[in-house]
Amino acid sequence: MDKQQQPLEDLQHIKNMMERSSRFISLSGLSGISAGVCALAGAWFASQKIHCWVKGDCQLSNLISSAGNELINDLFWIATITFIAAFISAFIFTYLRSKKNGTPMWGSTTVRLFWNMVIPITAGGIFLIRMMQMGEYQLVAPGCLIFYGLALVNASKYTLGEIRYLGYGQIVLGLFNLWWIGYGLQFWAMGFGVLHIVYGAMMWWKYERK
Amino acid sequence: MKNPIENLNKIFDSRIRLGIMSALMVNDAVSFNELKELLDITDGNLASHLKTLEESGFIKFQKGFIGRKTNTTYSITKTGEKEFKLHLDALTKMIGSVK
Repeated sequence: MDKQQQPLEDLQHIKNMMERSSRFISLSGLSGISAGVCALAGAWFASQKIHCWVKGDCQLSNLISSAGNELINDLFWIATITFIAAFISAFIFTYLRSKKNGTPMWGSTTVRLFWNMVIPITAGGIFLIRMMQMGEYQLVAPGCLIFYGLALVNASKYTLGEIRYLGYGQIVLGLFNLWWIGYGLQFWAMGFGVLHIVYGAMMWWKYERK
Repeated sequence: MKNPIENLNKIFDSRIRLGIMSALMVNDAVSFNELKELLDITDGNLASHLKTLEESGFIKFQKGFIGRKTNTTYSITKTGEKEFKLHLDALTKMIGSVK
C-alpha cells in the first residue's frame, strides 16, 4: 500500500510546490464578497444622488450647489470612496487568510500579480480619463468593465486560475453595456457588485469552507 | 516492458529536493529566502539540499545583493530540467500501472 501511495503523494507535492511558488494563492473568497458589497453600496449611493439630481427633490442645501459639474464631481467621489473601501476590505480578508495558511503575503508572486493587474488597469484608466476630458462620458462605464475584465484574465495566470471566469463575466457585461448606454450604473452594480459576490462565494465554498 | 522505477532518480527521493526542483521548474529564479519560506525548513537544512542538487548539476546559483545583504537566487539547469521530467514521467507511469 505504502509503495503505491508514494508516487501519488510525490506528484501532489510537486503540483502543490509549483502552485505555491508561482501563484498568489492567499486571495480570499471573502475579499470578493466584501468588495462586491462595497460596490453595491456605492452604486446605491450613486443612484440616490442621480435620482435626487434628476427629480430635484433633494434637500435644499444640496440643491443649491447642484450644477451639472457638481453631479459628476459627486459621482467621482462616490466611485473613489467605494474603490478605496473595496480595496481595504479585500486586503484585510486576504491578509487574514495568508496569516492563517502561513503563506507569505509579500513575495515575488505578489509582485508579479500586482504588475500584471496594474498594467492593463492603468492603461485603461488613463484612456478613460482622457475620454472624460474630451467630454465623452458614455463609454466610461462599459470601458471600466472591459478593462477590469481584461486585467483579471491577465492576472489569472498569477493567482487562483478561476479568477479568469470573473474576468470573462466583466468583459461580457462591458460589451453588452456598449449597446445599453445609459444603464451604466446598473451594469456596474452587476459587474463590480453581483459578479464579485458570486465569485467570492464560490471561491470561499471551494477553498476555505471548513 | 521496462520497469518505470528504473527511471526514478535517487536524488529526488527527498521531498525537500523534489520541492526545490518543482519551484525552480516554474520560476526563472527563486531566492534562498523564498525557498526557505515555501518549504518551511531551516537555513542549514535547505543549504545542504541545495548543495546536493548543485553538485549533481541540476541547479545553478547566482549571488547578488539587495542593498548590503547578499541575495542568492537559484535556477534550474538544462540537465536538471531533463532529469526532473524523466522523474515526473516515471511517477506518472507508476500511478498508471497501479490503476
